[in-house]
Amino acid sequence: MSKQKSVTEQPLAGWAMVLPAFALISVFLVLPFLMAFGFSLTNQRLISPNPTEYVGFQNYARALDVGFLTIEPERDAAGDVIRDDDGEIAYPRLRTFTRNNPDYPHLDRMRAWFSIGLNDDRRFVVLARDVVFMKALRNTIVFVAIVAPLQAFIALGLAMLVNMKLRGVNFFRTVYFMPVVISMVVVSVLWRFIYDGENGLLNAMLGMFSFGAIAPVDWLGNTSTALPSIIAMSIWQGVGFHMVIWLSGLQTIPGEQYEAARIEGATRWQTFRYVTWPGLRNTAILVMVIITMQAFTLYPQVEVMTRGGPLDSTQSLVFQMVIRGYEKQDIAGGSVISVLLFLIVLSISLIQRYLTREKD
Amino acid sequence: MQLRPMMQLAAVLVLLSAGGTAAQTELTIWYHGAGNETESSLVNQVIDDFNASQSEWKVELGSFPQESYNESVVAAALAGNLPDILDVDGPVMPNWAWAGYLAPLAIDESRIAEFLPGAVGRWDGELYGVGLWDAGLAIFARRSVLEANNIRIPTLDNPWSGEEFDAVLVSLQATGDFDYAIDLGMAWTGEWYPYAFGPFLQSHGGDIVDVEANMADGALNGDAGIAFGEWWQSVFERGLAPGTSQDGADRETGFLDGRYALQWNGNWAALPAVEKFGDDMLFLPAPDFGNGPKIGAASWQFSVSSQSENKEGANAFIEFALQDRYLAAFSDGIGLIPPTSTAAAMTRNYSSGGPMEVFFELSREQATKRAVTPGYVVAALVFEKAMADIANGADPADTLDAAADEIDQDFESNSGYK
Repeated sequence: MSKQKSVTEQPLAGWAMVLPAFALISVFLVLPFLMAFGFSLTNQRLISPNPTEYVGFQNYARALDVGFLTIEPERDAAGDVIRDDDGEIAYPRLRTFTRNNPDYPHLDRMRAWFSIGLNDDRRFVVLARDVVFMKALRNTIVFVAIVAPLQAFIALGLAMLVNMKLRGVNFFRTVYFMPVVISMVVVSVLWRFIYDGENGLLNAMLGMFSFGAIAPVDWLGNTSTALPSIIAMSIWQGVGFHMVIWLSGLQTIPGEQYEAARIEGATRWQTFRYVTWPGLRNTAILVMVIITMQAFTLYPQVEVMTRGGPLDSTQSLVFQMVIRGYEKQDIAGGSVISVLLFLIVLSISLIQRYLTREKD
Repeated sequence: MQLRPMMQLAAVLVLLSAGGTAAQTELTIWYHGAGNETESSLVNQVIDDFNASQSEWKVELGSFPQESYNESVVAAALAGNLPDILDVDGPVMPNWAWAGYLAPLAIDESRIAEFLPGAVGRWDGELYGVGLWDAGLAIFARRSVLEANNIRIPTLDNPWSGEEFDAVLVSLQATGDFDYAIDLGMAWTGEWYPYAFGPFLQSHGGDIVDVEANMADGALNGDAGIAFGEWWQSVFERGLAPGTSQDGADRETGFLDGRYALQWNGNWAALPAVEKFGDDMLFLPAPDFGNGPKIGAASWQFSVSSQSENKEGANAFIEFALQDRYLAAFSDGIGLIPPTSTAAAMTRNYSSGGPMEVFFELSREQATKRAVTPGYVVAALVFEKAMADIANGADPADTLDAAADEIDQDFESNSGYK
């Protein structure tokens, strides 16, 4: 209470100290966000002689619109399922439903997102109006869900390693921290060479250690390996930063607690569980919040390494935001993604805050 | 050491002449060729000659790297800082003209009457850009390889048909002598895709956008478009060409090293191939998939900015630059196709009997512009993604449907680019 009082006694000094941060945050964060929200309700273009028009929530509806359809396999006169030359079941083409079909007006101009097999060879198809956005959303969530826990966990392990009192430990601290200092764009270019499908370093190493048993994989050119490759590289790049945060947390734990644990005869696991981990509680919250926010802004890796391909397997929300807003000159479309991304990150942060609140 | 006094004298002379020409009105020109010394010196030569030829205007050059040139112009336009003269990539020109960045050119039409169509940029009935050159594509091939495999060498009058071209690829692949029968250049992302592959679609009878109908639905995903998409996918499915994960270095050296039997490439890459293979080197016309053989037209062109207060001087400069000697100098300097036959006759490579003579004819006979609409900029990006997706195994019809819808959606949100 005494602090508040002193500010109210000297209101000018208080405001003056807040002002620089307040001004910067307003100009570079709050104002652009409000503008983005405003643009997302219009048809704002980057280049256009036409006046901007208000379109309401139409852009959001377009991004989030999904439809469902159950399709029956094609059957011959006897009612048997028709199979093509490869023995695959033949289904009617989706474009017969989604293009100018008066019976399915709600599916007009939609695209298949994914489908699930049902009984009797029927298929349940989920369609979306903006499949690329849906895939970007899914990839971004997968990226966060894997990177956040894994990167935090590995960073903690490294922090505990380099926290040991050994000679030359500073060397390892430097080595682990080095990727963080290098620009993500440079790291991405280097890893593109490592992942190269024909003569990349990774393929060469796998070939050498398996005596040629593992055939070269086109890591970034394969829909199944492209996103995992980007995830692995991103974890490697960012892990050193979080290691340093963990390390600072580790060093705030008083040495007496470890001495007491030793005297009590605690095992290593017990020491970690009852001394180290409780002492890192606030650090853990900080690390998780930072990693989650950083992971949601996945962009330079995608831009440099895959540009969203192959077949949208590495699309990300921020990458689509740039593509739409800047390259495709659709400021409104880019703004929609930025507002949705803000809402997602905000709600996850609020959930994290709630889960990690002080329980009195 | 001997030079020092000379340079001082030169500096004094420059200062004096600058003082003497203070009455000249300054014009600025923006050019995309920063970093290319030959190109810069060519542009500077034209500017110096123009400045010396009259006393009314004085042109100043601002150079930008090509990668960020378009962004620089858009940013300058939004800020109201456009130069008097700017160069603009042919297919982008309608977008900038529609956005109001460009003013129609007021030059003597007889000066460009003999120009290759690709070097003349018209939109909405007005002339907006004139190029000092065009670029052209051909199938790079070696006579010895074709003859060894009993393949007919196509001519401008009698190019390969679509089926013939496909059969050539299959038989070259079957020889086992090459990694791939043809290198289409999938490593070159960006404008290369619509520039190099759009003409295949046009030759099938489709197009990225139907400019008459002002929509892509039916042109991109009509029967011709789907036939093209299915052929396109089959090229990669059968392993006849390297796919989207092709390495940029392989694109540069694969044909020269003999790892690719054929290559779809432009005149700018022709000289190294001629140097390497000599008389064995052939530049073959694009195949005819049914609607005539086509290659892309239109390269960088000069335009006058709508924000210029000295449009008269800007037009005078462009008209001045359209002299055969400059057209020939650009061609000799950076290997581009000169836009007139008289200029071609003055060049090393495109004169009668020159190693790249064939490109001039290819450009005159086959060159087809990319859809001339302000919507091209977005449509090209959508088309690029569709080509990559289909090559990677996406269903051709569904992918082209989605691409057409996205282009039409963009037209709609721009009120049809009217």
